Amino acid sequence: MNETIRELLTRVGGLPVAVTELEDGADLYAAGLSSFASVQLMLGLEEAFDIEFPDSLLNRKSFASIAAIEQTVSHILKAHEAA
Amino acid sequence: MSLPAYAADMSLSARAHRVAAVAAEFADHVDRDGRFPREAVDAMKVERLIGIQIPSAFGGEGASIAEIAEVCSILGQACAASAMVFAMHQIKVSSLVEHGGDSEWHKDFMRELAGRQLLVASATTEGGIGGNMRNSICAIEVEGDTCRLTKDATVISYGAHADAIMVTSRSNEKAAPTDQVMTVFKQGQYTLQKTVDWDTLGMRGTCSDGFLFQGEAPSVQIFPKPFAEIAAQSMLATSHLLWSAVWYGIAADAVLRAQAFVRAAARKAGGTQPPGALRLAEASNLLQLLKGNILSGLKLYADARLDHDRLSSMAFSIAMNNVKLASSETILTIINQAMIICGIMGYKNGTPYSLGRHLRDAHSAQLMISNDRILGNTSTMLLVQKPDTSLLG
Repeated sequence: MNETIRELLTRVGGLPVAVTELEDGADLYAAGLSSFASVQLMLGLEEAFDIEFPDSLLNRKSFASIAAIEQTVSHILKAHEAA
Repeated sequence: MSLPAYAADMSLSARAHRVAAVAAEFADHVDRDGRFPREAVDAMKVERLIGIQIPSAFGGEGASIAEIAEVCSILGQACAASAMVFAMHQIKVSSLVEHGGDSEWHKDFMRELAGRQLLVASATTEGGIGGNMRNSICAIEVEGDTCRLTKDATVISYGAHADAIMVTSRSNEKAAPTDQVMTVFKQGQYTLQKTVDWDTLGMRGTCSDGFLFQGEAPSVQIFPKPFAEIAAQSMLATSHLLWSAVWYGIAADAVLRAQAFVRAAARKAGGTQPPGALRLAEASNLLQLLKGNILSGLKLYADARLDHDRLSSMAFSIAMNNVKLASSETILTIINQAMIICGIMGYKNGTPYSLGRHLRDAHSAQLMISNDRILGNTSTMLLVQKPDTSLLG
């Protein structure tokens, strides 16, 4: 999952730094993630993992770092499994 | 023995109405000369409206955004420029109140602001960023306990008349354009060199000139939180709500003038309804729609305020964007209706029914943060956000 997220981030994130140089906990907004790019990232994640982000998770915190995204996506995947 | 000072009604509304009376007296002068509404702002200080939002623990009154919106609307009915200066100041204060509580310096500044009634301006716009305040080119330079900043600020509303300015910048020289901080600079800690003149169609009294800002201050004056959080959690909502309250005030006064015109005409015509009467009913309908729009936004903010996740959610951003879009567009329709009702008496300056200033001031609404930019942001968010279609939710 980490790899897929990094791949998407490289493709749509538009960051001025190389994604490989970012640590999992690094603040993506501070690294230059714009709100438009974050939406592109969400769309890419929905497609890649066949999920839909519920409204309650569409906030800055859920997408603040690669680790946070992993956590958000895992959370949704788990909820899917339980259903 | 008379004790006028003690007999005066000290409710927030009464104080706002006293300031509005002063603002109304000078509104046409301020507009014509494009000068700062000094008398109205002095009256705000005398009535101690400048510090109302500061919590009582720091010497203020802890006024809510809804209460402040009411003051904005009362002032907006008298002089839109004075009301907008008040609104813009309170938007800066909301950032201080919401995000300054963890820093000793900012707590002291809250006390000073309430005590001395300090007027705070904002420098978020910069040459070269294309109007997007969530990007900065300039970077703050921190050396030991001191920070230095130079900014080509193309707009600082009432900058030359403020007691302090909150300035955004990149957090350091290597930071990305979106990695921003905001710093409070107090008068005496900065110089302003005027670069752009504010000679505009309306809102002439906000004196939103451009300046080359150069400041140096203790680095503790930098807000401890990233500007991105401040913008999302306090500025977005308070800007759209308080601006809308000012605009509502302009439209409400236009409707009052139109109504006075229709009444006077009806009296003269011996009970026959003048042709404009129908349009007055339409304008009153739109004004109610506008009021409902702002009130629902204020309620949404009051509910979301204590939950930071909700404040930075897309659903909330979209709702606030919609408040701004609807208010800024509806007022133009309302004031135009009022103008058609009053006819040449509304078009002329210096009559009791004059609406030229209202109409010109109102035209700023769709431009201060361009509605097209806001529509663009909302449409991006709608790619992933699922609207809540319940009526009460």
